[in-house]
Amino acid sequence: MANNRPAPHGPDRRGFGKKPDLKSMNPGKILRRIMGYVSGIYRVQFVIVLIAILFSSLATVASSLFLRPLIDDYITPLIGQASPDFGPLLRVLLMMCGVYALGMLSTYLYNRLMINISQGVLKQVRDEMFAHMQKLPIKYFDTHAHGEIMSRFTNDTDTLRQMISQSIPNMFSSAVTLVSVFVSMVILSWQLTLLLIVMLVLMTKATQFIGGRSGRYFVEQQEKLGKVNGYIEEMMNGQKVVKVFCHEAAAEERFNELNDELCDAATRANRFANILMPIMANLGNLQYVLTAIVGGALAVSGLAPLSLGDIASFLQLTKSFTMPFTQISQQLNAVIMAMAGANRIFQLMDELPEEDNGYVTLVNAKYNEQGELCETPERTGIWAWKHPHKDGTLTYARVRGEVRFYDVDFGYTEDKIVLQNITLYAKPGQKIAFVGSTGAGKTTITNLINRFYDLADGKIRFDDININKIRKPDLRRALGIVLQDTHLFTGTVMENIRYGKLDAADEDVYAAARLANADGFIRRLPQGYDTMLTSDGEGLSQGQRQLLAIARAAVADPPVLILDEATSSIDTRTEQIVQQGMDRLMEGRTVFVIAHRLSTVRNSNAIMVLEHGKIIERGEHDDLIAEKGKYYQLYTGALELS
Amino acid sequence: MLKRLSQCIREYRTDTLLSPLFVCLEVAMEVLIPYLMSRMIDRGINVGDMDYILRLGGILVVCALLSLLFGAFSGHFAANASAGFARNVRHDMYYNIQDFAFENIDRFSTAGLVTRLTTDVTNLQNAFQMVIRILVRAPVMLISALFMAFRVNSRLALTFLAATPVLALGMAAIIHWAFPNFQKMFDCYDRMNSVVQENVTAMRVVKAYVRESRETEKFEHASGEIYRYSKAAECVVVFNSPLMQLCMYGCMLGLSWFGAKFIIAGDMLTGELMTMFTYTMQILMSLMMISMIFVMLTMSRASAERIVEVLNEKSRLKNGAAPLKDVPDGSICFDNVDFSYSDDAGQKCLDGISLKIHSGETVGIIGGTGSAKSTLVQLIPRLYDVTGGSVQVGGHDVRDYDIESLRNEVAMVLQKNTLFSGTIKENLRWGNPDATDEELVRACKQAQADDFIRAFPDGYDTLIDQGGTNVSGGQRQRLCIARALLKKPKILILDDSTSAVDTKTDAMIRRAFREEIPATTKLIIAQRISSVEHADKVIVMDDGRVNGFGTPAELLEINHIYQEVYHSQVKGGAPDGE
Repeated sequence: MANNRPAPHGPDRRGFGKKPDLKSMNPGKILRRIMGYVSGIYRVQFVIVLIAILFSSLATVASSLFLRPLIDDYITPLIGQASPDFGPLLRVLLMMCGVYALGMLSTYLYNRLMINISQGVLKQVRDEMFAHMQKLPIKYFDTHAHGEIMSRFTNDTDTLRQMISQSIPNMFSSAVTLVSVFVSMVILSWQLTLLLIVMLVLMTKATQFIGGRSGRYFVEQQEKLGKVNGYIEEMMNGQKVVKVFCHEAAAEERFNELNDELCDAATRANRFANILMPIMANLGNLQYVLTAIVGGALAVSGLAPLSLGDIASFLQLTKSFTMPFTQISQQLNAVIMAMAGANRIFQLMDELPEEDNGYVTLVNAKYNEQGELCETPERTGIWAWKHPHKDGTLTYARVRGEVRFYDVDFGYTEDKIVLQNITLYAKPGQKIAFVGSTGAGKTTITNLINRFYDLADGKIRFDDININKIRKPDLRRALGIVLQDTHLFTGTVMENIRYGKLDAADEDVYAAARLANADGFIRRLPQGYDTMLTSDGEGLSQGQRQLLAIARAAVADPPVLILDEATSSIDTRTEQIVQQGMDRLMEGRTVFVIAHRLSTVRNSNAIMVLEHGKIIERGEHDDLIAEKGKYYQLYTGALELS
Repeated sequence: MLKRLSQCIREYRTDTLLSPLFVCLEVAMEVLIPYLMSRMIDRGINVGDMDYILRLGGILVVCALLSLLFGAFSGHFAANASAGFARNVRHDMYYNIQDFAFENIDRFSTAGLVTRLTTDVTNLQNAFQMVIRILVRAPVMLISALFMAFRVNSRLALTFLAATPVLALGMAAIIHWAFPNFQKMFDCYDRMNSVVQENVTAMRVVKAYVRESRETEKFEHASGEIYRYSKAAECVVVFNSPLMQLCMYGCMLGLSWFGAKFIIAGDMLTGELMTMFTYTMQILMSLMMISMIFVMLTMSRASAERIVEVLNEKSRLKNGAAPLKDVPDGSICFDNVDFSYSDDAGQKCLDGISLKIHSGETVGIIGGTGSAKSTLVQLIPRLYDVTGGSVQVGGHDVRDYDIESLRNEVAMVLQKNTLFSGTIKENLRWGNPDATDEELVRACKQAQADDFIRAFPDGYDTLIDQGGTNVSGGQRQRLCIARALLKKPKILILDDSTSAVDTKTDAMIRRAFREEIPATTKLIIAQRISSVEHADKVIVMDDGRVNGFGTPAELLEINHIYQEVYHSQVKGGAPDGE
């Protein structure tokens, strides 16, 4: 049961709600990189956005400031006049109308342009990330939980979108508003501004106090939520067992405990978050009231030359000061979250891609009149290795399908060797089988042939060419593989089989399906070959999915074939039928087979028995049985194969 | 839907009612403040009455402090109410699921139930909190601010009557145009996610077939769709802010023009004009808030619907009127049984099954995948009800028994068996909570699990990880068998439960069954012929029908399928290693 392969689904699959790791990131660098995307294509638009924000904020400030001249210059002097002249008032209102129109236009403009920028950047980031992901070595997927990789495309890009489309413009406009409001206030009355500063300090302290508490309780809440969700997941997965054992009452008891704990934590966390907003808003109200009292007292006592318009303007400015102030502190949180998300995205993009120094390529070939092998663009069914040499000459060698291992050592990590001293050969057309318990290294050997992993020591030759010299895509094209876990893609059955060879004609697909004995059940599906498969072939049995995977390999028609437990989920009766198809598929190809049921490998040219990464027995079936060694024990069922 | 959900409020009713009440009080203060302010400006500052300023100022400060207090209280009660509501919803759902029959579980799927109990509940909790606070606050604010505005100056307040419909209609139009695009966008997100997910899980296939560039194209298509629909939706939403500004600036200009005229004519005071400006903000912001909540609530409606679906789901299995508590013996009888998983009986999984199994017999069941072996045995502990005919245990129809009593006598080891996080002991005690240590060891010896358990450093106290991932497949199966044995059942059903156990151990388990629990009826589903060839009788299933039923020797003589399986596995004289 010792499984050397790192688990693909990491242990922390339940670790949602992880705290951003701020230590390992350099905010300046990340921000510069994000802005690099923004200014890359959208430099002009971004500059326009900044200017528009400036106008939009100034229009807001202007509307508050307008109160002073309105009252002091256009209303108060006219009070009591018998025939007041409304001309100046009308003119100034029209002027304000223009200012407002400009403000509205700017608001629309910058919001509209921000959509172009944020959505464009987002698409670019996603596409780049995905394309890069495709280039990463298999090792990356072994060592990272799938949910974690997924969340970079979903949650992390989403926080990034929030930051680009909302936080950045919001903070900029808030800053502009704050500065201009503050300057206006100082000009109107430095005494009242002083009062404002005192109140601001108070508000900041309140935010820090409550915000800190609320943050702490939110962490607690996430923790408890994780626990409840984990328990729910476990119990739902085992719900049928719970029913069979009439264990409902006990399952409810533990659930109640966890649920109550979560309820308490959630109450605490939400309480502080909930009271923060009213406290901030009402401190703003208090500030408003105090300003009025102090302003009034100053004006009445004559200590400061404050007019009614001054006070009115100042009061209005107070309102527009507190809002951006709270907004900046809120946005700051969002920015930190987005930075953490961006950091994870960039980490993925900075992962080293799979190395490929190969230069030998796979080409379609034909024999010319002289009987020499030469390259041709059309499909001939003959494949050749195109081997460029240092002196600039080219040689072609026909693909035969010979594979040789020379003293191969391998480990998934450097300190733990999984395979040792593997030497073996498979001549063209031979069938080589690997048997042994889980973790003995069977799958690992086949993963080395197509270079999913690179060797630690030794070498592998394919048709006498070191596989390191063959370009990876070409090497893999020469190898067909049917994996232990079948994976199907969203699309029709037809498309899934055609995945093996994109230009395959419908007839080829049918033929491949017939070869794998899949044709029968496919035709019984509601829409036959056009049946849509979703969620990794949901609705098909494991056996049917394996048949489709075999058909997919068949249509690719490769010279070398690797079958990794290709028929493990097919019952013995059906396997008999599939076996005929498999035998036809294997004909004329070099085949590596890994099988659980030993009956399926009996007719191999050679059987390798693996244990702890070493070949401990090898030979034909009859010889191995006669030897009465490990294989004999496995075959007679005296040993557990699991 | 709302009725069912409101039943979950229960003991948090007081909190649920107090929260909006305090919200209303807070709003009252917030509306009162600008009104008092105008009086202070007009009667205090403007005329230079210091006493009046201080007196009214004192009242205003008290108002602001009260408002702060009310706001804090409403937040406090809202937190209690929403967290408690979520707790009750989760509780009710979980309890209802515990009552589910297998059929109900199949209908929802495990992943579906998990999402409903986790993400959906969180969504609903947020929505609930929003409803009792902001959804109350916004309309109350709108109405009371409007009311006060009319009190201050009814003619001037007519400006609002012009502005509010413009804003309301504008918002409605924005939601109307943007919403379908948002929905399309969410669909596109799902599609993109499935492309990513498929690639992450099937990366080996992608690389083996060198399809990286094709997959990238597929992804770019999906992300392009998102780009298109997000942009389409946001381009509509973008009118939100300018629209709000239009109404606000419009009101300001209108108020300034008419207000100035009124003031100059002596019909109004300057402070009152300022109050009107404040009410403008309050009224328009409330409208904005309402539209926002509307959008958010529509989004969480899907969650609420999914939750109510679980809450309203009735268990498909119920005890009869006077259920029997006692199962007399382990005999089983199938009398012309039909069964189908779906309600439309078009596709029968079991068709006309009639069988008689005596108490204490060992019966093997073989057949290809999809021949309905598991379905057949699941009817015995009444995990599903028959569609036609009847299943009898101990001479009585299974529907006449009390479900719990029946299942205590019919132990079943499921094909997809599960261990739970906890020690081995705790897992075993699922079979019998009162089992002594000796009983545990005896059951484990019968299931051939004692040796490997003792080999663990912590023996029977070894911790099992979630899903039992830290023991091998064969060990997990043996633990599950021991767990079932601890029930001391009259009928024991093994659904392909020794597939990962080697043939030697398998044989030892079967011998232990024969010698130690001879009175128990044993049904064994197996792929391996060696597992059933020593049984008293064997049932051969094929495509939902009994193809053969008899002793292994008889079947080897006459049954075609049995012969075929037998020869494929015993060929060459040596049985097959699984």
